[in-house]
Amino acid sequence: MFIKQLSVFLENKKGRLASLASVMARNGIDLYALSIADTTNFGILRALTNDTDKAARILREEGFMVNTTEVIAAEVDDRPGGLAKVLDVLDAGGIGVEYLYSFVRNPSDSALILFRVSDTEAAFKALTEAGVRLIGLDELSKK
Amino acid sequence: MIWNEQAECGSVRDRRAMQLERLQWSVRHAYEHCAPYRAKMIAAGVSPDDVRTLKDIEKLPFTTKQDLRDNYPYGMFAVDMEKVVRIQGTSGTTGKLTLVGYTERDLDNWAECMARTSASAGLTPKSIVQISYGYGLFTGGLGMHGGAEKMGCTVIPISAGNTERQIMLMRDLGVEALACTPSYAMHLAEMIEKMGLDRSEFRLKYGVLGAEPCSEAFRREIERRLGICVTDIYGLCELTGPGVAYECAEQQGMHINEDLFYPEIIDPETGRVLPEGETGEIVFTSLQKEAFPVIRYRTRDLTSLTSEPCACGRTTRRMSKVLGRSDDMIIVRGVNVFPTQIETILMEMGEIAPVYMLVVDRKSNMDTLEVQIEVSQKLFGDTVKHIEELVNHIGERIRTRLGVSATVTLVEPGSLPRSEGKAKRVTDRRKI
Repeated sequence: MFIKQLSVFLENKKGRLASLASVMARNGIDLYALSIADTTNFGILRALTNDTDKAARILREEGFMVNTTEVIAAEVDDRPGGLAKVLDVLDAGGIGVEYLYSFVRNPSDSALILFRVSDTEAAFKALTEAGVRLIGLDELSKK
Repeated sequence: MIWNEQAECGSVRDRRAMQLERLQWSVRHAYEHCAPYRAKMIAAGVSPDDVRTLKDIEKLPFTTKQDLRDNYPYGMFAVDMEKVVRIQGTSGTTGKLTLVGYTERDLDNWAECMARTSASAGLTPKSIVQISYGYGLFTGGLGMHGGAEKMGCTVIPISAGNTERQIMLMRDLGVEALACTPSYAMHLAEMIEKMGLDRSEFRLKYGVLGAEPCSEAFRREIERRLGICVTDIYGLCELTGPGVAYECAEQQGMHINEDLFYPEIIDPETGRVLPEGETGEIVFTSLQKEAFPVIRYRTRDLTSLTSEPCACGRTTRRMSKVLGRSDDMIIVRGVNVFPTQIETILMEMGEIAPVYMLVVDRKSNMDTLEVQIEVSQKLFGDTVKHIEELVNHIGERIRTRLGVSATVTLVEPGSLPRSEGKAKRVTDRRKI
C-alpha cells in the first residue's frame, strides 16, 4: 500500500512556485497534500495529487524536473501521542525516516502522516503488524 | 572514401618538397603585398630569402589575433579588392570583428579542403546533406556548403535555428548527413526524442560536427542517440574556415591539409617549437592563400601532432582533438580551466548530455568560480540530502581534478541559455 508521490525540483527563483501551481490548476490536478523542503539555493516540492502520472507528465512538458517516489501514508489518531506511536514502531524496526509531513482532510478525521523511509517494504510490514492503518491513493480520493 | 589521393596519401618526401616551395612563395607574397607582414619581418631582421628549409620557418615572427585587429578591416589583405570575391569573419569576444577575404582560387581551395573532409566523414556524391551550421559571416555554413557542393552532394542549406522544421526536413528528405556544431546536434537529438519520433523514420548516417570543443564522451552520446558516425573538423576563419584538418573514420585525430597549411606546435609561453607528440599551441602558416595569407598564426588552440601512419591510408600529419580554445579557457586564481573538463566530470558521473555554465566573478579581489548545472532526471533525487551530497561530490571532483574550488549550483532544466551555433559555456563577470 504505497502511494506514488510527486517530487519537483524548484530553483529559489521568484514565481516558480506560482507557475507550478497554475500548471496544476489549468490541468485540473487536485492537490491532496503538499510540503516543501527549502535550502539556500533550491527547494523540493512534494505533493500527493489525484493523478500523479498525469501531473508528472504535464509538469515535465512544462520544463519542470519531476520525480515520483513511493511513500507510505499512515493514519494516526489526531491527538497527543498519535505520531509517537507510529514512530516508535519504525524505530523499533530499525527503519530510518528520510522525511515526513502530515495533513488532515477534514477536521473530524484522523490525521495522515506521509513517510519516506529507508526501507519501504520493511516499514510497510512493521506498521501493518503493529495494527497501524495504511491508506492508499484510492482511499484518499474518496475522503 | 578519399577525395584527393595525391594530396592526402602521397609520399611524405614529395610533400615536404612541395611545402618548402609553397612556403617560400607564401612568405614572399605576404612580404611583398602586405605591409604589416613586411614591417614585422624587417623588425625581426628576416626576409623571404632567409627561408631555405622548412625549419627556417622558425625564424619568422608570429602573427596574432591582435595583429588582425590592429589592421582591421583591410590591412592584412594581400591582393587588390577587385580580386577579392568574398568576405567572412568572426565576432571576437571583445566586440570587434575579425574579417578575412578570399579570391576565387582561395574559395576553390577551401571547397577542396571541405570536399576532402566530407569524403573522409563518409559522404558520397549521392549523399543528402543538411547544413545546420549558421550561414553568414561565420564560416561554418558556407564552408561546409562549398565542400559538399564541390563533391556533388545534394545540399540543404537550412542554416541554424527553427529546430522543429530542421527535424521535419531531415525526416522527409531522407537526410543522410548532418553538419552542425556538436551542441546543436545534441539539441536536435533531444528534440527528436521530445517530439516522440522514432529513429527508424530517419536515414541519418553521418555527422560532420565541428566549430566547438567536444569531449569524447559527448561525441559517443551524439553517435548513440542519433545512430550516426561523428567526425570532427578543425578550422578557424583566420586560416580559411572549417577544413584545415579533418577526422577520418578511424577517429584518431584530424588529418591536416598539409599541402595548404603548415603546422607547428609551440610552447605558448616561450614561443619555442616543441618536438612531435608534445602538447602545445598549434600555429599555422598558409601555403597557398592569396587574399589573406597567414604566417605563423597563433591559433591559441592546444593540441599535439603525430606523423604516425593512419590506418585510413592518408599520410598527412594528424592533430589531436583540441583540448581547449583560449576563448573558452578561463584563468581562475591562476589556474587554467577548460569547460570541457567540467563536461568530462559530469559525463563520468553518468550524466548524458550535461548543460552547464561556468560563471567567473571577482569578489574582494578574489576570483570565484560557480558551476551551474541543469538538474537532470539522473541527478535529481527527492531528498535534500541526496542533492547536497551530489553537489558536494561534484565540487570535490572539480577541486581534485582541476585544482580549483568551485561552487556548484543546480538549476532547473531549460534555464541556462541554449545556442543554435556555438554553445556558450562561460560567463566572465570579472571587471579587471
